[in-house]
Amino acid sequence: MDVVLLSRLQFATATMFHFLFVPFTLGLSFLVAYMETKYVKTGDETYLRMTKFWGKLFLINFAVGVVTGITLEFQFGTNWSRYSAYVGDIFGPLLAIEATASFFLESVLIGVWIFGWKKLSKKAHATVMWLVAFASSLSALWILIANAWMQSPVGFTIRDGRAELVDFAAVLFQKYAVFKFLHTISAAYVLSAFFVMGVSAYHLLKKENIEFFTRSFRIALGFGTIFSLVVVIIGDINGVIVAEKQPAKLAAMESLWETTTRAPVYLFALPDEKNEKNKIEIGAMPGMLSFLVRHDINAEVRGLKDFPKDERPPVLITSFAFKGMIGLGCYFILATVFGWWKRKRLIDNPKYLKLMLLSIPLPYVACELGWIVAEVGRQPWIVYGLMKTSDAVSPIAVSQVLTTLIAFILVYGLLGVTGFYLIAKNALKGPELVTEN
Amino acid sequence: MVLQTIWFFLWGLLWAVFFMTDGFDFGIGTLYPYLGKTDQDKRMMINALGPLWDGNEVWLITAGGVTFAAFPLVYSVMFSSLYSALMLILFALILRGVSFEFRGKVDDPRWRKIWDTCIFIGSFVPALLFGVAFANIFQGIPIDHNGIYHGTLFTLLNPYGLLGGILFVLLFMIHGALWICIRSEGDLQERAASTANKLWPVLLGVAVVFLIASKFSTRLYDNYIEHPAFFIVILITVLALLSVRFFLAKKTFFKAWFASALTIVGATFFGVIGLYPNLFPSSMNPRYSLTVHNASSSPLTLKIMLVVVIIFIPVVIGYQIWAYTLFKGKVTQADLAHDEAY
Repeated sequence: MDVVLLSRLQFATATMFHFLFVPFTLGLSFLVAYMETKYVKTGDETYLRMTKFWGKLFLINFAVGVVTGITLEFQFGTNWSRYSAYVGDIFGPLLAIEATASFFLESVLIGVWIFGWKKLSKKAHATVMWLVAFASSLSALWILIANAWMQSPVGFTIRDGRAELVDFAAVLFQKYAVFKFLHTISAAYVLSAFFVMGVSAYHLLKKENIEFFTRSFRIALGFGTIFSLVVVIIGDINGVIVAEKQPAKLAAMESLWETTTRAPVYLFALPDEKNEKNKIEIGAMPGMLSFLVRHDINAEVRGLKDFPKDERPPVLITSFAFKGMIGLGCYFILATVFGWWKRKRLIDNPKYLKLMLLSIPLPYVACELGWIVAEVGRQPWIVYGLMKTSDAVSPIAVSQVLTTLIAFILVYGLLGVTGFYLIAKNALKGPELVTEN
Repeated sequence: MVLQTIWFFLWGLLWAVFFMTDGFDFGIGTLYPYLGKTDQDKRMMINALGPLWDGNEVWLITAGGVTFAAFPLVYSVMFSSLYSALMLILFALILRGVSFEFRGKVDDPRWRKIWDTCIFIGSFVPALLFGVAFANIFQGIPIDHNGIYHGTLFTLLNPYGLLGGILFVLLFMIHGALWICIRSEGDLQERAASTANKLWPVLLGVAVVFLIASKFSTRLYDNYIEHPAFFIVILITVLALLSVRFFLAKKTFFKAWFASALTIVGATFFGVIGLYPNLFPSSMNPRYSLTVHNASSSPLTLKIMLVVVIIFIPVVIGYQIWAYTLFKGKVTQADLAHDEAY
């Protein structure tokens, strides 16, 4: 065990755990804001009860999401100090702007929302939730611009032994950043929609609060259907961008070893990294990959063998995570479109409701798999083509990182269990019958 | 050069505002086992900071982010050399944050007991360690020419470092007690006021010792001797500290709290002014120190960040003050009965 591996494990633990809570915040804030606005406009008490019920789940989740995000900002300094010193001129401002321009708004206003029911007018109170929702998504934008820069570094020059910013607009508006944001944010919206649909399905199966949960389900269904489609369409565009900017990652995603025209997509492939080939290949669709990433079935796509061995990402993890993500993405479209068709008679479709209940964890898995593709697929680089992960780590002792890694696993483990226990407990309990305003 | 200097003081200001705002949250959490005799008291205390702590904590994220953006080398060396201390702070902050949210969610005294303990740990540990860390920065950290730290967590726990830690804890406890005075009534308010009264002479004593110890353990006074005008900062800080006692006696708690806020900002600036141009001085050799000259970002980045800060920080302060005025009244029974209350 060396510092690099331990630091990577620690960062992976911390980010993946953090991202169990982030997408839910991003999506549910909009759904809660929408419900509250419906209440303000119609005066219908059911919408108020919906706002309170989903809002409570939102807040438990929000608390865990916020506290686990703080460690991430500081880990670039504690564990990746050489990275921070080398690229801080570009990467630092993005994190600083995230805090000043969006995270502040989100954090101040969430307190106002929780405690401000009687202090603000109904309309103002609902507006506060809309602002929380926009601020959270804006936070995600800055963080994803920063991550996109690690995938596709632009707008800089090397001066005095470090990367220095020369073109901030190039960093902000590069297409890698724009599409990464759209893809991640839609995935987050899908996750929250599936959560609301799943919990609603549970209560509809038990025939409890039928009106309440039918409405909740339908709102989430509309949201979920749109973004299930968007996430896949944007994902497809992302594939084109990855092919252009990170060809080694693309080759690993598809476990493509040879550079070839009419490059295939395999339904299933088991890569053998040692012998540089696939042990098993099933369902090859020749030309499909060329078509997807270059829009021409005869186009050439670079294979892994085109890259030196020490510049290839781990193929097995990257390709399996990628295939899993794609499969789940397709499933989300099917499940929501089917629901759309049945939306008038949800209560008469217990099998579909059961399916949706069991589907709650799937978008969580898909989101994590997506990040595995993005981050493992970037290896061995921390900044693609510019800095290796192994050169980025802090000059600290193995024992230090080992201690904190264990602490992360223990504390986050307990936090995760407690957080999800409280969310589940309150979700299954159902809404209050009467709600004071 | 001017740009770096502006950023140096902005850097100090952001840390100062963080200590000033989240400081009373830390103080309330530290006093929590002592002042919170009944469950009712405890709920009053956490609901007194409930609407505000989250926004307060973002000043830390901003201070950290700005350190990264404006002085990447400082960010990199400071947080990797203070690794164990910072990690302890972060874990403590995690515990504190979730405790507020989790505590009331299960109706069982044992459950609440767990989170009560976490609220104390999560408030006391950061208060102490931030003080320890900053006092150590004032006196210099054993880093070599590569910014590699030669020491352990215990290196930081030297007498001057611990004195800084105690100073911070006391500052925050009084600051927190005063916030409780503002937002509560009756017995809890009286006990909070009497606690602040009892702690005040202790704080005064520690502050005097700290000012004297700084003469021997640090080179902070060099800048003051060179530019005596800066002594006014120390003077204002001392006056602020004295007026805490004055307003406390008159039971004008908001003024006392404001004076205490000014004391915290002044105490931070006492160190920051003394440090200049160093951000992270080396105790091994002054040439290894990280300064505004050798650790800053490029002029372009500093300019972009300056524009961002000039636009957004006033806006942030604006809506934060709005939130404070919304929640400066007494926490009532009705507030505690509310669904989402902590």
